[in-house]
Amino acid sequence: MPIEINGKSVETDEEGYLINLADWDEDIAGELAKSENVEMSDSHWEVVNFLREYYNEYQIAPAVRVLTKAIGKKLGPEKGNSKYLYELFPYGPAKQACKIAGLPKPTGCI
Amino acid sequence: MADYEIPKLNPELDVPEIPALEPDKMAGLKPFVAAPAHQEPLGFPGELVDNWQQVAIDKMGELLGKYRSLQVYLDSCVKCGACTDKCHYFLGTNDPKNMPVARQDLLRSVYRRHFTFAGKYFPKLVGARDLTEEVLDEWYSYFHQCSQCRRCSVYCPYGIDTAEISMAAREIMDAVGKGQKYCNEILGKVLKIGNNLGLPEPALVDTLEGLEEDIKMDTGVDVRLPVDVKGAEVLLITPSADFFAEPHIDGLIGYAKVFHQAGISWTLSSYASEAGNFGMFIGSYDTMRKAALRIRQAALELGVKRIVVGECGHAWRVAYSFWNTLTGVGAGADDPFGQMLQKQLDPRYPQPQHICELTSDLIDRGALKLDKSANDHRVVTFHDSCNVARATRMGDRPGGQFEIPRKVIQSVCANYVDMAPDTIRQNTFCCGGGGGLLTDDLMEIRVKGAMPRMQALDQVMNENGVNTMASICAICKSQFSKVLPYYDKPMHMIASVHQLVSDSIILGAKE
Repeated sequence: MPIEINGKSVETDEEGYLINLADWDEDIAGELAKSENVEMSDSHWEVVNFLREYYNEYQIAPAVRVLTKAIGKKLGPEKGNSKYLYELFPYGPAKQACKIAGLPKPTGCI
Repeated sequence: MADYEIPKLNPELDVPEIPALEPDKMAGLKPFVAAPAHQEPLGFPGELVDNWQQVAIDKMGELLGKYRSLQVYLDSCVKCGACTDKCHYFLGTNDPKNMPVARQDLLRSVYRRHFTFAGKYFPKLVGARDLTEEVLDEWYSYFHQCSQCRRCSVYCPYGIDTAEISMAAREIMDAVGKGQKYCNEILGKVLKIGNNLGLPEPALVDTLEGLEEDIKMDTGVDVRLPVDVKGAEVLLITPSADFFAEPHIDGLIGYAKVFHQAGISWTLSSYASEAGNFGMFIGSYDTMRKAALRIRQAALELGVKRIVVGECGHAWRVAYSFWNTLTGVGAGADDPFGQMLQKQLDPRYPQPQHICELTSDLIDRGALKLDKSANDHRVVTFHDSCNVARATRMGDRPGGQFEIPRKVIQSVCANYVDMAPDTIRQNTFCCGGGGGLLTDDLMEIRVKGAMPRMQALDQVMNENGVNTMASICAICKSQFSKVLPYYDKPMHMIASVHQLVSDSIILGAKE
């Protein structure tokens, strides 16, 4: 099911994750967020941008603990926990935030 | 929250009552089919082959020759009905094809048609069926609604093991090119990178360094989580979810604290960074062996004396029941590398050893200082994971796999309550996400299949104030984190057993 935006058509897999990571831009993130019923705030963008930075360095999404720590540093210690991340991304920060960030779906017993 | 009905809990009953049947209610539920990129690295055809009926029948014949048990299971059912209400998926979905006997019959009917005299000549008389496209579809749907938990086999007077039939069915489907995306994509990552997540070494090292900082901040003590240390005494093989998810990672911190406080040198391996082995779920001995051999190679290269397995249900089954012949951990493998490993490992310890056995022994020897009051805010119950409960043992006494985790919990928590007897120990209900079903595309069956466990949990929450359910399986922990909210229960009430240990252990110099 491709996403159509700004005259561009972007391929996604059967679960809605981007097939080609290089297709990602902020408009597409916005569309992906809409399909997840997530309204993007500055805090959401902090998470998405951190995920992309981490992925660029390590070729994988960060562990939940790594993410909560990074967000705690950026947004304040009271927000550096998984409860807060679940408020932002109710389906779970690992999968839902990765989808919006254009990263592959994390796999495994998670 | 969901576009299907969440089953109602009845706190009056320990075990849900037999529901009114809703035939084919779940016939539409199928997981995503594996793409060629997931199939081919495992040696399976990329897509459905042209002569798939013949390939499937040939494969069935091969499996019947290889596994005598499979033929016994297919031949010996007398339709007594003892299994019918024992499956959590049946109780949660009302679909009669989720009765274990009906699930078996999906394969049995084709077996009879092709491999029995009566089925070849009088198929209608004996319920024999040709393998049509509709039958293959049914297989794909209902053999992915079985978590291979083996609860039904406990109640079967003949001991028929539906898990083995479901593994055989999945193996046949892989052979014709109709594999399941979730399992096969993950197995590809294990064979290529070393773990289910696809977590490469630099990310693993970064994650573990971060945890060392966290422990230092929490406790002021330098507790290490070492990787690839040659000459360490213990190689810890743990599910990669322990590096990634919550509450898993709190269990990993617990293992590290136990090793630290007991003064045992240990290491993880970046090459063999996964305990889980989905080769078992798809019934593929070859794939299971390839994944297990990474562990042998790591153990040989690192020169360790002991192999300890972290909190992972099916991994403990693979380790306890299959590693000996797969890899030579324990005894059994008769190839040179297997024998080399048997000589290398210290015979004074069980090989492999479960982390709960290790911690339990240390507690017995007084090697750990524990402060139960750290868990005084908790009232804990324990969810027996199916593969540990019904396919393995711990310690040197029957039932050790039930007693040892409970003993560890009770050594670190003052408040412990068991759930109803028909729902624990060998009668335990699956979490609903085992056997390769822990994927978003199967959420409906996961939620519905969790119902019997949720009902038993509900009882002890209401009657005893339980606020924590501990588990020793990565799949159970992830599954409960996901499904608890569907039953209006807090997601964070699921805990790792070694998280409870972690919170109570007093670090520092011994007295």
